[in-house]
Amino acid sequence: MSAPAPYLSVRNLTKHFPPTAFSRGPVVKALQDISFDIPRGQVVGLVGESGSGKTTIGRSVLRLIEPTSGEIRFDGKDIVKLGARELRRQRRNMQYIFQDPFASLSPRMTIGQILTEGLDIQGIGNRPERRARAEKALATVELPVDAYDRYAHEFSGGQRQRIGIARALMLEPEFIVADEPVSALDVSIQAQVINLLRDLQVRLGLTMLFISHDLAVVEYICDTVIVLYLGRIMEVAPATDLYVRPGHPYTRALLSAVPSPDAFARKQRQILKGDIPSPANPPSGCVFRTRCPAAMDACAGAVPRLREIAPGRMKACIRDDIG
Amino acid sequence: MTIAEIEPPMQRTKGPLRRALGRFTENRAARAGLVIVIPVLIAVMTYHWWWPYAPNAIDLKIMNKGPSATHWLGSDGVGRDVFARLLQGGRISLLVAVCSVAISTVIGFLIGAIASFGGRVVDATAMRFVDLAMTLPPVIFLLVLASIAGTGIEPTILVISLLSWPVLSRMVRARLLELRERDFVVAARGMGAGLPHLLFRHGLPNCMDILVVYATLQIANAILLEAGLSFLGLGIAPPEASWGNMLNLARSTVVLEQYPWQWMFPGAALVLTVLAINFIGDGLRDAFDPRSNLN
Repeated sequence: MSAPAPYLSVRNLTKHFPPTAFSRGPVVKALQDISFDIPRGQVVGLVGESGSGKTTIGRSVLRLIEPTSGEIRFDGKDIVKLGARELRRQRRNMQYIFQDPFASLSPRMTIGQILTEGLDIQGIGNRPERRARAEKALATVELPVDAYDRYAHEFSGGQRQRIGIARALMLEPEFIVADEPVSALDVSIQAQVINLLRDLQVRLGLTMLFISHDLAVVEYICDTVIVLYLGRIMEVAPATDLYVRPGHPYTRALLSAVPSPDAFARKQRQILKGDIPSPANPPSGCVFRTRCPAAMDACAGAVPRLREIAPGRMKACIRDDIG
Repeated sequence: MTIAEIEPPMQRTKGPLRRALGRFTENRAARAGLVIVIPVLIAVMTYHWWWPYAPNAIDLKIMNKGPSATHWLGSDGVGRDVFARLLQGGRISLLVAVCSVAISTVIGFLIGAIASFGGRVVDATAMRFVDLAMTLPPVIFLLVLASIAGTGIEPTILVISLLSWPVLSRMVRARLLELRERDFVVAARGMGAGLPHLLFRHGLPNCMDILVVYATLQIANAILLEAGLSFLGLGIAPPEASWGNMLNLARSTVVLEQYPWQWMFPGAALVLTVLAINFIGDGLRDAFDPRSNLN
């Protein structure tokens, strides 16, 4: 199967946070050697527990955080090497949706100012054109047009999140990073926002990196899922496949934690012991081995390579007998 | 059913600045401050239209006369009208205070802003510079600066403004360091915003409360500094009047004991104005306090 060149291609992305100037702490290895592709028009999910580096990937891919090393290619163009002017142009094509709808909208700006800010920065259109575009975006996210002159504090969490989505759409990007866009919302509102995102993704043909720790949401919206642990990719699989046949012990543990609506389903809970280790001092070899139920002595040796186990499926585990 | 149909109607509320102003006008002390400051300002700015005597006009027939119907606050040792001098002195004192605070606010904001957005090296350099400026003993620094700059209105403005920006730049830096990591600022960067956009569209509005409160309180402080400098003979030089150099007269025991109207009124004006401005400043600070700002 020869796939067309992917829209986004990340190679060997590494991010280390150095200690601050006055403290002599260790280097925090937030991301280690991350590589993945996103084909045009597809949604790739990024799952993993807190501290696994999901947000760091999302922000590095948009160069909101400077990666330590690695390549991030959009349509073949490596944005890590772009200068300030070219990067500013490229930013029209890539936007971010934030997790916290309360922190992501400026309390001192009206919704109109928030939405047109990007057009203003990029120097697109004049005042009436910008307003028209903002009103169109409001309609797209099903908010009333008179929201334009209001302030963010007048809206509920779900409405604010839709404003955040409208803002991300204002520059008509091809690529969007959605960083846990529903995890801060009430469960009843989550479905609304997820359906809206999915609709928009299909209708506008967006390519998306969808970050979440909610596996059910990821299964619903994503084509491919990347499982992340302590700054490394554990497994990559099509969403339909991953849930049926998890290939990595970590994925298994994650899946067994998803609550099931069937109260009588007999399910073997697999509870991970301990906490995620510190990324300042990750375990040798496989980073998951300290909590892995299937760990062997060999796991402490070399870092397991992310290897293809089936078409479109990869895992970083030396054991073949799992999955 | 679309989302819009199932949503409760939105309530119209005011923007953050309007709400802060609303809280400000409800503050009794702040209102009292305004009641004092506004008439003082008006009187000081317009006195030459309605008061018959000029501040430097000498009338030797009325030397050291007490308050009367024609000269409300009496006259001084060379027969100048104290009320006219009081108002002219207020004009100079307030002018010096407002100008020096405006300059120091701009310097303080820019240095704080550049430190917070300029990266580690710039930040460290700027903050060590601020540390240095803050370690200098203020009185000695003031005296040295004043003796270099000389007396007069502009040098006094310069001296006071150079003394008062470091604290503000610290506050601005702290606020902006926090702001820099906020999601809506990250969003602006994600849309390609450069430094000027971040500073003036996000930094400045979000520092407005600090700047307004600081500027107000600092005006009171600057009036006192000016008075102190002039009292020492390093600020506004006679014959130009200022509240400070009018108080200077009280150094003479004769004036202090026998002609109290010559120093008591400038002193009272100084205390009252400074107090009123401090009330306003406190009111503004409470009005902008995020804890009273239900978001």
